[in-house]
Amino acid sequence: MSVGRALSHDAAHLHVTGAARYVDDIPTPANCLHLAFGLSDVAHGMIATMDLEAVRSAPGVVAVLTASDLPFANDVSPSIGDEPLLAVERVHYVGQPVYAVVAETHLMARHAARLGRITYDEQPALLTIDEALAAKSHFEDGPRIWSRGDAETAIATAPNRLEGAIDIGGQEHFYLEGQAALALPGEDGDMLVHSSTQHPTEIQHKVSDALGIPMHGVRVETRRMGGGFGGKESQGNALAVICAVAAQATRHPCKMRYDRDDDMVITGKRHDFRIDYTVGFDDAGCILGIDFRHYARCGWAQDLSLPVADRAMLHSDNAYYLPAVRIESHRLKTNTQSATAFRGFGGPQGMLGIERVMDHIAHRLGLDALDVRRSNYYAAGAASDPLPQPLAQARSDDDAKDNKKKKKKKTKAAQPAALEAAALPLQETPYGQTVEDFILHDLTDTLVKEAGYAERRAAVAEWNATNPVLKRGLAVTPVKFGISFTLTHLNQAGALVHVYQDGSIHMNHGGTEMGQGLFQKVAQVAASAFGVPMEAVRITATDTAKVPNTSATAASSGSDLNGMAVKLACDTIRNRMAEHLAEQHQADAKDVRFADGRVMVGAHCYTFAEAAKSAYEARVSLSSTGFYKTPKLEWDRIKGRGRPFFYFAYGAAMTEVVIDTLTGEYRMLRTDILHDVGTSLNPALDIGQIEGAFVQGAGWLTTEELVWDAAGRLRTHAPSTYKIPACSDRPDVFNVGLWDGANREETIYRSKAVGEPPFMLGISALMALGDAVAACGDDYPDLQAPATPERVLAAVQRLRDGL
Amino acid sequence: MDLTFLLNGERVLLSDISPTTTLLDWLRETRGLTGTKEGCNEGDCGACTVMVQDAAGARALNACILFLPQLQNKAVTTVEGLAGPDGTLHPVQQAMVALDGSQCGFCTPGFVMSMATAHTNGDTNFDDALAGNLCRCTGYAPIVRAAEAAALEPVPDWMAPADLPPPQPASTKAGATPPRWFAPQSLDELAWTYADHPDATLVAGATDVGLWVTKQMRDLGTVIFLNRVTDMGWIEVTDDALHIGAGVTMDRVQSLMVDHSPTYAELIRRYGSSQVRNAATIGGNIANGSPIGDNPPALIALGATLHLRHGNSQRSMPIEEFFIAYGQQDRFPGEFVEAVSIPRGQDRLGCYKLSKRFDQDISAVCGCFNITVEDDKVTKARIAFGGMAGIPKRATTVEQTLIGKDWSADAIATTWDDWSKDFTPMSDMRASADYRLNAARNLLIRYFLDDIGAQTNVLEVQP
Repeated sequence: MSVGRALSHDAAHLHVTGAARYVDDIPTPANCLHLAFGLSDVAHGMIATMDLEAVRSAPGVVAVLTASDLPFANDVSPSIGDEPLLAVERVHYVGQPVYAVVAETHLMARHAARLGRITYDEQPALLTIDEALAAKSHFEDGPRIWSRGDAETAIATAPNRLEGAIDIGGQEHFYLEGQAALALPGEDGDMLVHSSTQHPTEIQHKVSDALGIPMHGVRVETRRMGGGFGGKESQGNALAVICAVAAQATRHPCKMRYDRDDDMVITGKRHDFRIDYTVGFDDAGCILGIDFRHYARCGWAQDLSLPVADRAMLHSDNAYYLPAVRIESHRLKTNTQSATAFRGFGGPQGMLGIERVMDHIAHRLGLDALDVRRSNYYAAGAASDPLPQPLAQARSDDDAKDNKKKKKKKTKAAQPAALEAAALPLQETPYGQTVEDFILHDLTDTLVKEAGYAERRAAVAEWNATNPVLKRGLAVTPVKFGISFTLTHLNQAGALVHVYQDGSIHMNHGGTEMGQGLFQKVAQVAASAFGVPMEAVRITATDTAKVPNTSATAASSGSDLNGMAVKLACDTIRNRMAEHLAEQHQADAKDVRFADGRVMVGAHCYTFAEAAKSAYEARVSLSSTGFYKTPKLEWDRIKGRGRPFFYFAYGAAMTEVVIDTLTGEYRMLRTDILHDVGTSLNPALDIGQIEGAFVQGAGWLTTEELVWDAAGRLRTHAPSTYKIPACSDRPDVFNVGLWDGANREETIYRSKAVGEPPFMLGISALMALGDAVAACGDDYPDLQAPATPERVLAAVQRLRDGL
Repeated sequence: MDLTFLLNGERVLLSDISPTTTLLDWLRETRGLTGTKEGCNEGDCGACTVMVQDAAGARALNACILFLPQLQNKAVTTVEGLAGPDGTLHPVQQAMVALDGSQCGFCTPGFVMSMATAHTNGDTNFDDALAGNLCRCTGYAPIVRAAEAAALEPVPDWMAPADLPPPQPASTKAGATPPRWFAPQSLDELAWTYADHPDATLVAGATDVGLWVTKQMRDLGTVIFLNRVTDMGWIEVTDDALHIGAGVTMDRVQSLMVDHSPTYAELIRRYGSSQVRNAATIGGNIANGSPIGDNPPALIALGATLHLRHGNSQRSMPIEEFFIAYGQQDRFPGEFVEAVSIPRGQDRLGCYKLSKRFDQDISAVCGCFNITVEDDKVTKARIAFGGMAGIPKRATTVEQTLIGKDWSADAIATTWDDWSKDFTPMSDMRASADYRLNAARNLLIRYFLDDIGAQTNVLEVQP
């Protein structure tokens, strides 16, 4: 069976030969026009005068569009309609599109886009969290507050109490393929849009609004993206809409791709946060009460900030039981790029808040931070609640690869700590969801045992005692991440499957491919359903004309939702084929077997192609849709109560670093990860997601620093100044293993989502850096994020010199 | 002017091209070869990496900041031309598929070309070979595993050095119609051409000038390409000095310094990336005058001499005198950097480059120390910094304080207040003024600790 096999990415052979097509690679008709935006260079102001003569008369310019040239909706917001495609009267940030140039070439458009002369009546700009707070500049009507119990009293009466704050920087997605769209006008007002988007239906919706036509007149196709990470959930709207508008106006195909600097200046990034905390705890470090204040810098438009900030609140507990808790979340409106979705969607920020508290408590009490973390873990549920058997456990050994040694299979070992914890009743999250399968006791025990935590903790202490300049640090951090869109209605997916009379299978679903291997995983599901080899299944581009009303490929939900929808579609067709063949042979449809490319009915054996042809000739429909919606969800985001998540995905990482106390430079020496993907649909793809997510998460908290100047200009708007991890930044030793256990919930083949959860394993890098700094003095390192060499050196000097 | 090169084994002959057309735009938009990707359009991500071969061997270069005239008489291989004639994948392509080295696939063509170049050259230091290729999906681990696996396979026979186009006795005169560009073939010809056209833009590796075009959208006016100047790329090692022609690329300077000054070689290892070092020249880095170029601090600390030429006249100066003020160098219109000479002697150099990321990052601070100690006393001191002022600059007050003192931690402590007399650094997106000053002070301590054999380099710590 295909499911469970470590198959390579379906397009790998196209990637390595340059044959994989991205939007900008699609051959265009000779009359294709190219677009570029003219951008605001002030952070806040009213447009006083706009002189675009030089733009219009620049070589190759065909048209220049401003807000008044948009005949219908001038809005590209994915939420509340507060995001004009082209600025109307007022500009809200440096980089906001004000006009669009339509020209004969991409270079001509870019060149002309710089020639506009706009004057502004500048107004005070709110750039920072403090400025926005002082101006009471909130989205919604003020902070959102969720609580359980009486946190204030619990903190006040606790034996120990501390407070602190952590600044958490944002993050540029830095998908290698910048935003791009191509609009091709068809007959009778139709529009075909190729978009590098995680959300084709949203593109379809925004384009149809902008063109003033129903959604049936717009078809959006997305074969693949060169990376998304959340940055193409809503940020592609502007390009697709302006291309469609220009194409409608000129009757020419229109294409737009952002130059990298424009991309970084225009589009939203991960929300930066400040989290203030006050916590009361006992002498073992167990939290008795905690108060969090989240301050999220959301930028100028709402975009997806509310669910992002919600998810930060929902992950304020991470893996820890918080008996009394209050979380106050401020969603601040500022004159900066509109912060948007980014892998983890607020979860990482919320989780970093509580991990920072664990670290701080441990330092205060002089305890090992790992012990404090484990003391606060939720009660285990798995031991007293046997798992249902996985639907499928088959996993062939013949696809073992050279990197097989990386794919350690962990077996669950009953640990005393786990048994003890298991005896406790199940606990609820602050929002009232019961944590039913908390496997982190066992998982953490296995990880720290295999990675040699105790010995290495001693070795680090010894090193630090003898090395005055270089200090080592070690940390283990867990992840418990909730899986499902918190906007419950998004948890649905559709699929369309055709079986042709030659036995080949066309598979389509609403999910998009951005490198995560979703298409391959889902193709494995389809091949398994029909018992055919992978070659029989054709993966096709996401297309709003095949599967309508899709959700964004986001929230790690791609394979959960679309895998299930495809399976249901396949099952429908297979059952029809089975019934047909059973009837032919006076057998029971249940006894028709599909395996190894054959269909067996009693003693009769067909090739799958023969079976398909037979069904076709008997006038059996070989096409079906499939539809899936996630069960068990119930969520009230205003009250902050319910079951927003179908299940949780878990993992833990142990990272060791070394820092230079003279310069603040540092390196990751070793990282060991054990991560839970349920029963893996494809271990190769899952391990790839985990490795990549860890490095991206560590990058967020170390070298990736976004810097805005006092005028609100983003100064780090290219890879020359914004530093994502390079090859040598991965840990010298990097071991990733998959936890061996099925999802207790009935997901596709009992697998678990993997896109976002391992991103937060990167928190172990920041905690390890703090641990290394702590070797320089008695005070708490108070390391802020991102922990650039400069911040590490400042922390070291604070501890050493009290500076 | 005519231009000829090989593209995936096929001869290309171009006439009347704009001299600032980049190879990337030409490949994608004119030739329809869209396998080579644009990721950043400034030479920082490597998605556009191609392999360029000439008599000196195979190099990986960034096509996004490579102007077509730089390719004269060279052989270019793109990702479309890497597989064998019968379609057999190159070993690095096979390994990338088998070991899951691609996810979204957009950076993959660039990685594959860097890997294939390293494979061809037998280079197995993959962290360095791939430092100029950014991947946002994989975390690099599977890519390095693929590179390691491919290294066990022989270089395919179809990768044998291409038959290069025979050098064309092409006209080196600019065409009659603008845009005008020249490609002189000798220093003499360059000297006269530049003297006649002092407003022209000189282009050597284009690793900075390329961005003037792709990012600043600047019109370069008349362009003089230096890549065909045959007598600019020489290295001469005498008993007294290393003489390096201005056209010597940074990868060659790195190789040279491995034997003569390992710390300078290590500094260059972190200068740009392989793709950048393969294009950038030492002359370009100096003449550019940037306060954050990494060669000048090392060269100043070493007491190097700069040689300039204008027409027939030549002059030389201590290299620090070349840098007058931000954006201003001691160079007359029509005058150019011809060579640099580095005196040989006891190797006391210590180079330190501080940046947010180790590889392919511009220095926040680059400090180079050359302190001579005789009988435990400091007898000579040359300390130079990049990133601390508007020009690469010596720490003259610190030097004077140290000279004559015992070489000790105490002596270093006495320089504490001198640093702010020598430098008033600025705050920017790379670092704050405070960090720059603190770190600069600490680097002298680090140099001292290195001198006495203490372990100070995080890059040398083993897991």
